[in-house]
Amino acid sequence: MSKLSTLAAIRFGYGLPQPKDAPESAKAMLAMLAGPDEAMRTLPIRNSAELIPNLQELRHIQKAGKKATAKNPKRNALLQDFSNAAEAAAVVTFARALDSADGFRERLTTFWADHFSVIAKRQLEALFPYALVDDAIRPHLTGNFADMLTAATLHPAMLSYLDQSSSVGPNSHFGKNQNKGLNENLAREVIELHSMGVGAHYSQTDVTEMAKILAGLTLNADLLMQFVPRRAEPGPRELLGKTYDAVGLDNIHAALRDLALQPATGQHLARKLAVHFVSDTPDADLVTAIAAAYNGSGGDLMATYAAMLDHPAAWVEATEKARQPFDFMVASLRALGVNGEQLQQMPYKQFRGQVLAPMAGMGQTFKRPSGPNGFDEAAEEWITPQGLARRITWAMRVPMRLVEPLPDPMALAQYCLADRASEALLWGAARAEDITQGVGLVLASAEFNRR
Amino acid sequence: MTASMDRRDFLRGLGGVLGCSIAAHPLMTTVTMAGANGGRALGDHRLIVIILRGAMDGLDVVQPQGDADYAVLRPTLLNPQAADLDGFFRLHPAFGDLMPLWGAGQLGFVHATSTPYRDKRSHFVGQDMLEAGTGMDVPLNQVKDGWLNRLLQTQKGLTSETAYSIGQVAMPLLEGTAEVRNWSPETTLLLTPQARLLFDRVYESDPLFHAASQEAMELADAGNGDMEMMAADPSQMAGLKVQDVEQLVDYAAGKLRQDARIAAFSMTGWDTHRGQAGGLSKSLARLQYAILRLQTGLGENVWGKTVLLAMTEFGRTARENGTKGTDHGTGGVMVMAGGALNGGKVYGDWPGLSEANLYERRDLMPTSDVRAWAAHAIQGLYGIDQNVLENTVFPGLKMGKDPRILL
Repeated sequence: MSKLSTLAAIRFGYGLPQPKDAPESAKAMLAMLAGPDEAMRTLPIRNSAELIPNLQELRHIQKAGKKATAKNPKRNALLQDFSNAAEAAAVVTFARALDSADGFRERLTTFWADHFSVIAKRQLEALFPYALVDDAIRPHLTGNFADMLTAATLHPAMLSYLDQSSSVGPNSHFGKNQNKGLNENLAREVIELHSMGVGAHYSQTDVTEMAKILAGLTLNADLLMQFVPRRAEPGPRELLGKTYDAVGLDNIHAALRDLALQPATGQHLARKLAVHFVSDTPDADLVTAIAAAYNGSGGDLMATYAAMLDHPAAWVEATEKARQPFDFMVASLRALGVNGEQLQQMPYKQFRGQVLAPMAGMGQTFKRPSGPNGFDEAAEEWITPQGLARRITWAMRVPMRLVEPLPDPMALAQYCLADRASEALLWGAARAEDITQGVGLVLASAEFNRR
Repeated sequence: MTASMDRRDFLRGLGGVLGCSIAAHPLMTTVTMAGANGGRALGDHRLIVIILRGAMDGLDVVQPQGDADYAVLRPTLLNPQAADLDGFFRLHPAFGDLMPLWGAGQLGFVHATSTPYRDKRSHFVGQDMLEAGTGMDVPLNQVKDGWLNRLLQTQKGLTSETAYSIGQVAMPLLEGTAEVRNWSPETTLLLTPQARLLFDRVYESDPLFHAASQEAMELADAGNGDMEMMAADPSQMAGLKVQDVEQLVDYAAGKLRQDARIAAFSMTGWDTHRGQAGGLSKSLARLQYAILRLQTGLGENVWGKTVLLAMTEFGRTARENGTKGTDHGTGGVMVMAGGALNGGKVYGDWPGLSEANLYERRDLMPTSDVRAWAAHAIQGLYGIDQNVLENTVFPGLKMGKDPRILL
């Protein structure tokens, strides 16, 4: 394996050893990315539509009154189904990252899922964060950003998480009759986090106008997105100096498309990509090149990714980033030879205890960032005394419960770090008191935890 | 520090950015001057700072029911059962168990206060500015440390035990060149002596990993042995999940009873866009629990020397929004507690809630800089020079007249 492909696997994929048929060059990575999304096809999650009958049945049970509802034995089983679907989807998310030869696609999916962070607010919505990824992110991952922005903004998971589902135009039919009004939570984050970025030129008035444009979007009883004209704010709206006087969803689509095409959006996304993949303090020229590709192509994401991979600054030898706990966990499982099928066969309780719970201790509760801005990027935020202690503890104690026998530490270092294992690490791995300590040393090492 | 010094030049030096010699390094100058002026290590007082992430609605916590406009702005959130504080303000019922502290002068508030942050109302920039302690004139990406860390940087004779940043959530407030302990009390790290030696060598070439692992080993060794696990008081926790708060607070109390003088941690759950009545009550109950447990955990003597400041990035809209919640605003409330506090008062000038008095006809108008209250508290606790506070800890701040918030 060449030096470049080692770096590609670590910086733009989920680490070594690469799955079978993984691309060995930047060009091949992009070619595979341009092809079909095999991981989503071969490792599906449950579709939200499959759970609609549950919602309908739950509504039916509820009609019998509070007391009868509480006593109905079927109710818990129906509710549990939502949790089961989410638990299976969590395992699938790991399995895709672990097994896919198209590693760059999986890393990009994680990046965009974080960019459009949503959190499940209640049991009925447990599948929402996963559904948003499969409905709104993966289908548009290699398309135009405007489509991804629109799909994510209108997704039930987003409408619920950022309260859009309850926002009402104050001068709408419904708003006047019910004395209801706006909730500007989603409108603000669409501009501040999802498109232009907080540093761009926009005002509170733009946020309020955006909230009025979005008014009318809500969820129906089946938890599907619905545009209700009598909740929408009447009259033309002015956003960032442009007038929007279409009706209904057309206005929303037009506003989101224009936000995606703002040069500030290209700049914001370019910086985020460079920070996520390359460096917490990225080379200015790299950011400029990515932004130019985005803005020059009108938001074409393949052109945007290609600009990043084409730039020499994306290939600096030094690995400055810290692997986030999800990234660390997937890379560790892969290094230990655990595959997606094994994870899917593992009792969920074990998966939670050995994978998800330790990740939370490392500072990353899976699918639950502290807010819509997603998880931190800076290495210093992850490699804290308490965070590193959790990584060391996991690396020393959990691998022996996952694989039998444990790999030889020296071989493991070569296997998962190739030419990037330092002399000090090889020295240490050879002097470990036992095999569990040696494996722990390799997986907790700085070189394994950086990318 | 000389008055003529260009503040921008100075700010470039914040956080020890290189590019000038040590002698010319303004931060070093400040330290030296603090020493030359008889600057002393932090004495016996304790400062606890809680960052309330998500923007607490001060208007709902300390309700200005004496202002006729309040009922108009808050038709569903107004709570007539709120306990009377001073004939004008009333206290949110979820803070009800704090009334004895209020009566004893150990609980106070600052109303209509804010950081210098204005207009974009972003949580994330708002929190960055709150913790950086700077003004709108300084690009945040140029500030590499938090104000509480810069306070430590000006002190001589501190040990690594002086300040603790507690919990899994990053605390930029305490980040910087001064040594600070970072730990999360539920963490353990059991390593054999040989494993320690190996890690020490393996991490040697990566300073971030090396420093973090060293500190982890020391703190894990210290353990939580100095934490006296207090029995939970059921009256304070009906239906509340408080185990995480309990661990944080007990760890903080344990350290503060010994050599620590400063502790900081975060509490979340304040972003109440919708159905605020339920969400805010829960978060207030958790904060109340933290305050009361700290009081118990510190013991009478240490509590008597303590000031707790709970600060948030900004307040929320004066008007309820259309979904029985509030959106991002400007002026808000700082909560203060502790035996060293001159409490039982709502501090701050009241700007009024008529539309003309609101900031941008939407938010509570800030009438003070929240940094000034913190600066006066620090000055009262530790006798820090005003010059240092206005130029180093909170660059560009005008502290103004001493409001005497400490006993």
